[in-house]
Amino acid sequence: MPCISQSLTLYERALWGQALSLSFQDLILTLQHYWGDRGCVLLQPYDMEMGAGTFHPATVLRALGSEPWRAAYVQPCRRPTDGRYGENPNRLGAYYQFQVVLKPSPDDLQDLYLGSLAAIGIDPLKHDIRFVEDDWESPTLGAWGLGWEVWCDGMEVTQFTYFQQVGGFECKPVTGELTYGLERLAMYIQGVDNVFDLRFNDAGVTYGDVFLENERQMSAYNFEVANTDALFDLFRKAAAECERCLEAKLPIPAYEQAIKASHVFNTLQARGVISVAERQAYIGRVRDLSKAACGAWLERAA
Amino acid sequence: MADFVLELLSEEIPARMQANARNELARLFAECTGEAGLKTGAIDVYSTPRRLALIARDVADSTEAAREEIKGPRTSAPPQALEGFLRKTGLGKEQLEERDGVYFATIERVGRPAADILADTIRRIVADFPWPKSMRWGGGDLRWVRPMHGIVALLGEEIVPVEIDGIASGATTVGHRFHHPGDITVGGAQDYVEKLRACHVIVDQEERERLIRDGATAAAKKAKLTLLPDEGLVVENAGLTEWPVPLVGKFDPEFLDVPREVIVLTMRTNQKYFACTNDEGLLAPAFVCVANIAANDGGQAIAAGNARVLAARLADARFFWEQDVKVPLDQQAKKLSGIVFHEKLGTVADKVERVAKLGRWLVEQDIVKADADQVERAARLSKADLVTGMVGEFPELQGVIGGYLAEAQGEPKAAADAIRDHYKPVGQGDQVPTAPVTVAVALADKMDSLVGFFQFGEKPTGSKDPFALRRAALGILGLIIDNNLRVSMRDLITAAAHPGGASAGRELAGFLIERLKVQQRDAGVRYDMIDAVAAVETGGDNVRMVLRVKALQSFVETEDGADLLTAYKRAANILKKESWTGGVLSSPAEDGIPQTGEEDPLVLVDDPIVGEAVAEMAAGQSGADLPEEKALVAALDAAEPKAAAAVDAEDFTAAMAALASLRKPIDEFFDHVTVNDPDPAKRERRLNLLMRFRDAVNRVADFSRIEG
Repeated sequence: MPCISQSLTLYERALWGQALSLSFQDLILTLQHYWGDRGCVLLQPYDMEMGAGTFHPATVLRALGSEPWRAAYVQPCRRPTDGRYGENPNRLGAYYQFQVVLKPSPDDLQDLYLGSLAAIGIDPLKHDIRFVEDDWESPTLGAWGLGWEVWCDGMEVTQFTYFQQVGGFECKPVTGELTYGLERLAMYIQGVDNVFDLRFNDAGVTYGDVFLENERQMSAYNFEVANTDALFDLFRKAAAECERCLEAKLPIPAYEQAIKASHVFNTLQARGVISVAERQAYIGRVRDLSKAACGAWLERAA
Repeated sequence: MADFVLELLSEEIPARMQANARNELARLFAECTGEAGLKTGAIDVYSTPRRLALIARDVADSTEAAREEIKGPRTSAPPQALEGFLRKTGLGKEQLEERDGVYFATIERVGRPAADILADTIRRIVADFPWPKSMRWGGGDLRWVRPMHGIVALLGEEIVPVEIDGIASGATTVGHRFHHPGDITVGGAQDYVEKLRACHVIVDQEERERLIRDGATAAAKKAKLTLLPDEGLVVENAGLTEWPVPLVGKFDPEFLDVPREVIVLTMRTNQKYFACTNDEGLLAPAFVCVANIAANDGGQAIAAGNARVLAARLADARFFWEQDVKVPLDQQAKKLSGIVFHEKLGTVADKVERVAKLGRWLVEQDIVKADADQVERAARLSKADLVTGMVGEFPELQGVIGGYLAEAQGEPKAAADAIRDHYKPVGQGDQVPTAPVTVAVALADKMDSLVGFFQFGEKPTGSKDPFALRRAALGILGLIIDNNLRVSMRDLITAAAHPGGASAGRELAGFLIERLKVQQRDAGVRYDMIDAVAAVETGGDNVRMVLRVKALQSFVETEDGADLLTAYKRAANILKKESWTGGVLSSPAEDGIPQTGEEDPLVLVDDPIVGEAVAEMAAGQSGADLPEEKALVAALDAAEPKAAAAVDAEDFTAAMAALASLRKPIDEFFDHVTVNDPDPAKRERRLNLLMRFRDAVNRVADFSRIEG
């Protein structure tokens, strides 16, 4: 197999006579190159458990204040309740998002985004790309924005949002956020019906080889084993630690503790030990913590 | 005069907002130009996902010059008055004219050119546009539904210059996002639509809707299928496309095990696909999606891609279905004790228990003719599907899923049907169940909610009706009337009452009468007719009430009826003017005796001699001296028992016919008899006769509540 430079788009590969679709890792590399070329800081995943790439401080905190900012990164996401013991071909308890944030949102954000789809081999005259209304809201972050889910032949491949508020504060200027669902996108590009059959690389390793066992064990842990008393305790401790950091005027560690509390809450939900009535109270608690951290961040920046 | 075209280009506008946006655009444009006095001809508005457009024909070149004289203060008025007048008119004292001791100002308004007014109009449209949700973007302050990118504003062939937050108007827009990504220059209103069409944008939403409606039907037909028509989907897809291309896709027939509603709903809400049926009317393993491009491979890749997405969704749905079928509904129903229905009304399990009892009562009282055990069983399982995975995914399929599960788990068909349909009718126009078991469960379920919430003070107020009680009441009335259920509302409310709650019967009775007016409005029944009958029908039997109302309305709409109503009103007015309550007798109301119009005055008279006198007086017969009086008495003597018997027999048409027989005698009475005779005895007798006439009519329906 000839060595193919990572920066080549699928079109270029095709010119090379290589009609092979992108592997999972090449998809990531292609997106990184594309957005790196457009002035984004290429970050690595944040080293904490979180439910979505949005939680990364490079999105939440950087969306606040007036400083321009452009970043792109992969973020592993954990959604304990979505785990299916590796038995469902479309659902995972842990998966990857590719996150791009551009502040202020440029006028040609949609075109830039469509350029990234072309880069990974999606021809918009062969595939039906659509921007379908989908407003985004994160109750635990006190954040909301307007935008779309982007459809490719009826499949949602990206969440496209113009942030209006984060942590309860107006976003000014507005950050444009693109969140690519990497597994779905890769399944689409590779024409695969089961996520575990994705080619992870071009050397015979599949997504299942890498993550199937992880899905099984983590589902068992999240649904059956996780010590709920310890988790409740952890939630309280994270909340308390967040408040200590706020008193010390350290918004970043305070925000980290809010992220931690949020993940613990998600796990408690998967264990089914939070009643409907309590649920709102927990979400409210996390929101208060992240709002306070955002407020402290803004104060320091000012 | 010239035509004007305006296009506001933006990123994708949500499909659901476009219809309203077009109306608002037309309204704001007409308002702004109207206020400025700029005359325009017809206005057309268009929308696509990326643009809102308006074409106004025959826009005047300018507003007309005007000259207006305004009257000011008297010359003798204090100086402040003059000062205020000068400020108001913006003139100096020397410019005023004095006539007869009064100041007059003449204001000259020059005509403003149309372009100026249109520029103001555009600014105001953008600033005041009532989007349900709007946003900011980039570093700017402008708000729009999504980022705005351009303004085309041409009057004739001239650009109407305007700049909004850095966006300058011009003649340039863009074509289809993928087919024609470059700029295009519009010449004016005359070529706007056609230029865009040449660039793969169909501006007129109605044309796109037509293309989708006809194209989807044809595409299905070509695949030997029949499209399930869905206007909502037509409009939504037209709001999502600038160049709609319907395409047929297939899915694996093995998914057809999943309930049909689940498949159709998944396709509709998640994917915006049309469903298709085969020759036998069964759901076909196929769909029609609407692409936004004429793909270079004829749409093969798009149809295949959509088919895969749908397969993934159906696989998910099937997973839930297979899980749910395994768990008996009995077992699921137990979990309902963990779901709070309402703080005061307990859990859903508590509600189910009440519904089961009330359902059985309906059968045992012979109100609904069904098998009591089946009713109770169906009621107990009716809410079990709320805890299934399927309803968790598709909440709008509550009931439907329960019905399928019940059938799959071997419940009798009548019970499965009842579980499926017991939420019906949902709102007016929805089909009203007729299967007896379903009727019993549906009625019991709605009565339990309505009565319970009223008892605990959760009544609808104004626009707030969080528990949808108005809809529940309409459902109850629909079930009772359509199924001819003979039950007094009073008994039904008592049977449904929550032991711990307050009494709510009186309030509910009034609420139900108001709902009955709404429920019967579509059938053309007048609300005043319902009031007229409700005043005399106190038993709360809705079937009887509607029969009576309909007979009354038919009667009042005849010549006899209208004439009798006039005579009735005349009689009632005379009695009212004279405050006549029955001759020598004092007013029963003043004595604290309840007066419903139905009491027999003799009931209260013990002394036989007085009784006779009163009877004679009430009959108005003593010494009748004019033939018209005698004729009226005779007519009343004949009509009263007939009407009473007919009312008892529920032959309300006959009751109305009995009233009709009074028309001629009462008309002749009014033509020839002077009520206010100088002789007090005659006067009293005649007033009593009128009262007898009024009361006879009132026993059939309270005509005083009829309008007109």
